[in-house]
Amino acid sequence: MQLADAARSGRPSRAGAAGPGLIVWLVALVAALPLLVALSSFFSASEGVWPHLARYVLPEALVNTVWLVAGVALCTAILGVSLAWFVASCEFPGRRFFNWALLLPMAMPGYVLGFAFAALFEFTGPVQGAWRDLFGAARFPDLGPRGASVATLSLVLYPYVYLIVREAFASQGIRGMEVARGFGYPPVQAFFKVSLPMARPWLVAGLSLAVMECLADFGTVKLFNYTTFTTAIYRAWYGLFSLQSALQLSLVLVGLVLTALLLERRFRGKSRYTPPGNTRQRRIALPPGKAAAVTFYCTAILVIAFGLPVSLIVVWSLENFAAEFDTGYWQLAANTLMLSTGAALMITTVAILLSVTVRRAPSSVNRSLSRIATLGYAIPGTVLAVGFFVPVAWLSRVLNQYLGSETGHVVALQSGLAVIFLAYLARYLAVAHGPVESALQRIRPDVEEAARGMGVSGLRLLGRVHLPILRPAIFTALLLVFVDIMKELPITLMTRPFGWDTLAVKVFQLTTEGEWHRAALPALAIVVVGLLPVILLSRQRR
Amino acid sequence: MLMLSHVACAYGAEPVLNDVSFELERAHIGCILGPSGCGKTTLLRCIAGFERVTRGEIVAAGVSLSSADRHVPAEQRRIGMVFQDYALLPHLTAMKNVEFGLRGMPSADRKARAMQFLEQVGLKDFARRFPHELSGGQQQRVAIARAMAPRPDLLLMDEPFSNLDAGLRQSLGQEMRELLKSLGATALIATHDHHDAFSMADDAGVLHHGRLLQWDTSYRLYHRPADRFVADFVGKGVWMPGRVSAADTVEIETGSATGSMTASFPVGAEVDLLLRPDDVVHDDDSPLTAEVVQKLFKGSEFLYELRLPSGARLLSSVPSHHNHAVGESIGIRLETAHMVVFPRLDPHPSPIRG
Repeated sequence: MQLADAARSGRPSRAGAAGPGLIVWLVALVAALPLLVALSSFFSASEGVWPHLARYVLPEALVNTVWLVAGVALCTAILGVSLAWFVASCEFPGRRFFNWALLLPMAMPGYVLGFAFAALFEFTGPVQGAWRDLFGAARFPDLGPRGASVATLSLVLYPYVYLIVREAFASQGIRGMEVARGFGYPPVQAFFKVSLPMARPWLVAGLSLAVMECLADFGTVKLFNYTTFTTAIYRAWYGLFSLQSALQLSLVLVGLVLTALLLERRFRGKSRYTPPGNTRQRRIALPPGKAAAVTFYCTAILVIAFGLPVSLIVVWSLENFAAEFDTGYWQLAANTLMLSTGAALMITTVAILLSVTVRRAPSSVNRSLSRIATLGYAIPGTVLAVGFFVPVAWLSRVLNQYLGSETGHVVALQSGLAVIFLAYLARYLAVAHGPVESALQRIRPDVEEAARGMGVSGLRLLGRVHLPILRPAIFTALLLVFVDIMKELPITLMTRPFGWDTLAVKVFQLTTEGEWHRAALPALAIVVVGLLPVILLSRQRR
Repeated sequence: MLMLSHVACAYGAEPVLNDVSFELERAHIGCILGPSGCGKTTLLRCIAGFERVTRGEIVAAGVSLSSADRHVPAEQRRIGMVFQDYALLPHLTAMKNVEFGLRGMPSADRKARAMQFLEQVGLKDFARRFPHELSGGQQQRVAIARAMAPRPDLLLMDEPFSNLDAGLRQSLGQEMRELLKSLGATALIATHDHHDAFSMADDAGVLHHGRLLQWDTSYRLYHRPADRFVADFVGKGVWMPGRVSAADTVEIETGSATGSMTASFPVGAEVDLLLRPDDVVHDDDSPLTAEVVQKLFKGSEFLYELRLPSGARLLSSVPSHHNHAVGESIGIRLETAHMVVFPRLDPHPSPIRG
């Protein structure tokens, strides 16, 4: 007893606790800073362009954003739920293949799928050409910017819903369906009365992820010239050079995000339903006709969302390889690699420190702070870009006032890597924190106590106990963050240091000029790397 | 009411049911007994319409439901099923679960009927609880109320008492029988415990490796088993080797056992005689003694395992005021009114089972 007491009292010495505790506060502050900055804009005076924005841009952005979110939520729900149901609960040819293959569109950034579609459907493109050959001058049914944005984003975002709802259906089994059928409900009615309501918490969770991504999207809507908040923020800053207005727009967008988060809490429901009884995996054997229809449906989605666009990009890359590929690409690749690797290392390190610190001192304050620190994942990149640029620029100004005049140096922190890395950290900390945290929770506390009993503590404990056990999780975290940052557009575009073009930025620049074919090569690189986490994900779930 | 003739069912190449035939009369309670894996759940699922049969026919109320080339979908059968795991819908309250089965009724009638059945199973005060807020026994009773509320033509129950303790099991079994009888319901129950069959069933059958070995009253299953497996599975007992000396007598090592035999054997036939614990009676005056090897207190009685001087074992059920220590020798006497006799099995089966 006495020994145990001694060990316990020897654990968090006050002097030692201050250091790690500081990390938690700092990280939480980083995540909260852009929100505070956006909030401060509410109280500060508006700049000259604000009345213009408020009158012309704000209503359009608001209406468009709401439409986009509603459309994407509806479409991802339909796609995600139907595909998840077929794969988890029905037997049809190709089921095992589609089980993982339907995750592939996750590897596609929206702006890549978007420009592949744009190229296919543009006036001089193959689809409209064929249309004119067939129907002459009849008007081509054009989706328009709104439809195109909704369709593209739905096709890249449905896997979030699919992945989570599939889990729900798989764990439900078909017992609920049997109960309903025993009482005379036809299969379709049984699905809507039983299976779907039982999967609601998962559906809401998946939908909220898709909606968050949709609110954060910049590349896709910009491509289709569909004005939403993210593009409006970009224009306020880069077109009208009004940071103040950009902040004010950000504030509204943050409001929308928070609304979505609150709605999620509201609709997720209190209970995590446990499935009724035994969950033996038995699937519904579909009659041949229906089974073929389901196979066709899954194939069609996969071809439209992945097969066709990837084929196009591959073909165009090969066609343009000789003309496009020059030393400039090595520079782009090097930039991309350095930014993504550097940020991934930094973010994963912070994630580990955060998790381990909170584990050592699991006070309610620390736990709340760690929740705030990982909240940044919900905040769109455009908001983070502005939200960090403004305070860092202000800090530089202050420093210049005190130092600049004496030394002759001009400090310009905002044009270095500070802003971009801070914004990355805020946005992607949650991505690294997830796997690290869940792996850490699987380490029993006695392991640490045993190590402390043997005199291993502090950094040596971290290095000799935590890191080796966490290695797979750390790898996952690094990979996920690396790929996310590689695909990332608005933060990189808006806050990259001068000359630091990346593959994603290159794709953006070429597609805004309508150079679809030339954008294929960098896009292909992004998609190929983007496949890595999808493979990881599908292997984990198997 | 329910008739199965030569029903077979297979999962892929693996046969699960083979040539199962029996008939259950209207308002009777039937019981399918069998060890786990014998196919009893599959049998219920075939009747409910969740599995297709590969051969034979299932007829209920004069309508052919299943045969090799005909399959009425589950939702058109009007057969209620209580699943082994209850399968309550977790997102609905107890009340809503019962209402769920009352499809197409006006809302007011539905609520009244659901409440009536919840009351009948003693859960009136738990109507607003969700399944996870109910105990195992309560969940099960909700499942039963849900299955019975639509007054199905036939009610199927898969191991309805498997998650209950022995005491509750028996009392609920009798309550259930009364409830079913008062509603005039026809029910078929699958269970691995012959006590369930004894307390509830009018007719019962033993299923083994997908075959129905005997379909009879539970009394006859116990006293007139048609098969060694049935004899072993229904109740405890010990096989004693013996020789038939008369139409009603078998000579075994403890002497002559007399009673009506399950089958007639020629004099001199080598047989095995099943001695049930109640065939071996404790009698202090009896010259025959055996040593207590093990004892199991069952409340009103002891189940003694006894060793004869030859080393052979016997089971004896003795009123519990006769408390004897392990190692003590006690007097016993055979009282074999019903003798379960089968031709001698070689090698002789293991002495004690049950």
